[in-house]
Amino acid sequence: MGNLTPELAKIRDETRELAANYGLDFYEVIFELVDADELNMIAAYGGFPTRYPHWRFGMEYEQLAKSYAYGLSKIYELVINNDPCYAYLMRSNSLTDQKLVMAHVYGHCDFFKNNAWFSKTSRKMMDIMANHGARIRRYMDKYGVGVVEDFIDRVQSLDNLIDIYSPFIKRDEGDAPAQSGGGDEGKVHKLQAKDYMDRYINPPEFLEQQREDAEKAREQNMRYPARPQRDVLKFLLENAPLQSWQQDVLALLREEAYYFAPQGMTKIMNEGWAVFWHSTMMCRHLVDASEIISYCDAHSGTLSTQPGQVNPYKLGVELFRDIEDRWNKGKFGIDYFSCEDAEERRNWNRPTNQGREKVFQVRKIYNDISFIDEFVNEEFAEQQKMFVYGVNQATGQMEIVDRDYTKVKKSLLNALTNFGNPIIEVVDANYQNRGELYLFHDWAGVDLQFDYASQTLKYLHELWGRPVHIETRDEGKPQLLSFDGKEAQMREVAASKPDVEVIGTQETDD
Amino acid sequence: MRKIDQDHTRFRDIVRGRIKGDLKKYVTSGEMLGKQGDKYVSIPLPQIQLPKFRYGKNQKGGVGQGEGDEGDPVQGQGEGEGQAGENEGQHTLEVDVSIDDLAKILGEELELPNIEARGKQVIKSSATRFTGISKVGPQSLRHFKRTFRQALKRQIATGSYDPENPVVVPIKEDHRYRYMKTREEPQAAAAVIYMMDVSGSMGREQKEIVRIEAFWIDTWLRSQYKNLEVAYIVHDAAAHIVDQHTFFHLRESGGTKISSAYELCLQLIEDKYPADEWNIYPFHFSDGDNWSSRDTERCVELLKGSIIPMSNQFAYGQVKSAYGSGQFKKDLDRFFSGEEKLVTTDILDRDGILPSIKAFLGKGR
Repeated sequence: MGNLTPELAKIRDETRELAANYGLDFYEVIFELVDADELNMIAAYGGFPTRYPHWRFGMEYEQLAKSYAYGLSKIYELVINNDPCYAYLMRSNSLTDQKLVMAHVYGHCDFFKNNAWFSKTSRKMMDIMANHGARIRRYMDKYGVGVVEDFIDRVQSLDNLIDIYSPFIKRDEGDAPAQSGGGDEGKVHKLQAKDYMDRYINPPEFLEQQREDAEKAREQNMRYPARPQRDVLKFLLENAPLQSWQQDVLALLREEAYYFAPQGMTKIMNEGWAVFWHSTMMCRHLVDASEIISYCDAHSGTLSTQPGQVNPYKLGVELFRDIEDRWNKGKFGIDYFSCEDAEERRNWNRPTNQGREKVFQVRKIYNDISFIDEFVNEEFAEQQKMFVYGVNQATGQMEIVDRDYTKVKKSLLNALTNFGNPIIEVVDANYQNRGELYLFHDWAGVDLQFDYASQTLKYLHELWGRPVHIETRDEGKPQLLSFDGKEAQMREVAASKPDVEVIGTQETDD
Repeated sequence: MRKIDQDHTRFRDIVRGRIKGDLKKYVTSGEMLGKQGDKYVSIPLPQIQLPKFRYGKNQKGGVGQGEGDEGDPVQGQGEGEGQAGENEGQHTLEVDVSIDDLAKILGEELELPNIEARGKQVIKSSATRFTGISKVGPQSLRHFKRTFRQALKRQIATGSYDPENPVVVPIKEDHRYRYMKTREEPQAAAAVIYMMDVSGSMGREQKEIVRIEAFWIDTWLRSQYKNLEVAYIVHDAAAHIVDQHTFFHLRESGGTKISSAYELCLQLIEDKYPADEWNIYPFHFSDGDNWSSRDTERCVELLKGSIIPMSNQFAYGQVKSAYGSGQFKKDLDRFFSGEEKLVTTDILDRDGILPSIKAFLGKGR
């Protein structure tokens, strides 16, 4: 199991036993001791040393290696969601750091194994990634490195267009267009009536209405896809004119995107949970007196915040602690929530001691969005000094806009929605009856970056082979961005969805 | 060859434009953030960002934590780059970087040559230090340790030292005194004169660009010269010498008369930094919208007749402002084609800063 020194192996055994006694439940963890350069390399591959070859990993590596060489940053720990979990320790770290990292890693592993959003991820990803690597290398041998790499570039440009909830919801069920062929389509349905009553029961306007409805239904049925598809990659996989190797590459990159998705959906919780446990285990058991300063130094470095950023480690652990505290003191339920007196709420203490139980439950069923939505409340936002910032149009500067907790929460949730990616769907694959692809961007107040968007369309066009369009908005005005194979164009269109309420972040003091 | 080295080589090849030319346009001179004291500074690092459907940068607000009232500016927010969720559990730490390291990093990244100081301008600075030892001197400079050691040596040699009763009494011959020595150190001295156009057309962003560029130039020159003097001149229709704070914060409005700055610069050189003792580096930043072509002629005259011959290099950076770029750079390039000591650059936006620094400092003058 790994290559730990006897000293580290002893600490590992101690930490593992401690973690298990606290009720953490994890896959076996294999710790590997690696030097800084190896760690940078593994991290560049997203934790999978056997991943397919691509320049992007070289870029990540350069960044990590340089910032390590210049002493700007170093990676503390790296842990892979797999059964067994793999975790990497940097050889040059101090013993105190290694203890901290191990305790932290057990927190992550418990989270990987138990959080519901990870339940659909493959636990044999080490092997799968190696297979993907082998397959892509084979295609490169056969079709040429450049050709395959270019295709990977195209897919990577689109790999944020997946439906992160699709592993949990069957959206297409019972959704197949009614192609019973009953011949009803287009036929106007009349209500039953005696002849002399007919023109009262079925007046011309009613018939007209019926005809229109039928027409619409027919159009809807003719439409493909019948319902908007969030999983653009899947749609391309099934419908774009790709060669078989391209299909395979697209499928496996999509699989990797889905594997990484839950980590993005639970970043705050996952880190918060790991910090919660490393601090508990370190402070109560693992740190001896001589190490306390260096432990505190490392720990506070992890939790430090900068004014304009939310540190997921900090937010996560504070929220878990707050939940534990609230459920220990009975700060929940109808009595608590209907209490209007702030002072009384603050000093509320009806010992229930369900805190530990509650945090374990939270780590099982929540993701970042539901976590923040349910547990960030006024007291918490105030205590954590949270604020919303935005651009002041007059000065072009970022400044604090508001400290109201509902706005803080809205803005946080907004940023977390779809990992901060725009929500984009395939609406029509036969736009204007010419086989053109029509995407719809569900605009929620923030514009796309248009130069990037038109380049992305160009890449999409290479996969689709026919003109592609995306409906979006420019400062609220509906626009259709198109690429026809030669050039990108933008023109105003009628919105296919009504205006949306714009949420908080763009507000300025005019 | 390791696997990562292949990927890395491929990445470098794209950055250099050797392969996959279509990606070249996505290469950004990205940056790493380093911390210098309580200031954040950036270190160039090329990156390729594949196009994606993603939100535009500046419109994004967000949530932060910390002190402050509504309306207070927020510093240091990142752009939220990077894919969520990849590189799980990576955990980075920020560390302080010294000015020397920063200069080294900059030098390596931009492949800057070390500057060769001009031969005869090497001046000597003398420093007196009490580094010598003498047998005579005033009591106030007596070197107690040396004196004691000398006494001990003598007593052991003469056999009058008793380890059982270690009493050491120095006599007059044992006394040692500190002695003053003068050391001459050759030192190259450099004067940097920053000139900035603060006329109405130079906005906040333009000043910010000048500030960033000046910081890096300063960092680099300081690493090359021990004795660096910096002077700041601002000008609109008239020029003034100001301190550093004013230089970066002043907002004037009005016309632009570049010759006023050059006249002041020349006067400064003549008064304070005689060219045979100093390495002189004037840097001028403007949006290039000079008041009249007559004035431009005057500028050319000043540069040609005095400033350029006296300087190691004269650098002119034209910052693009909201009103576009002016004519001045073109004029300079036209009058001074072939003049090696004049470097001009166009700085369109922040991405233009690094190439501009490279052009200014890349010649090693």
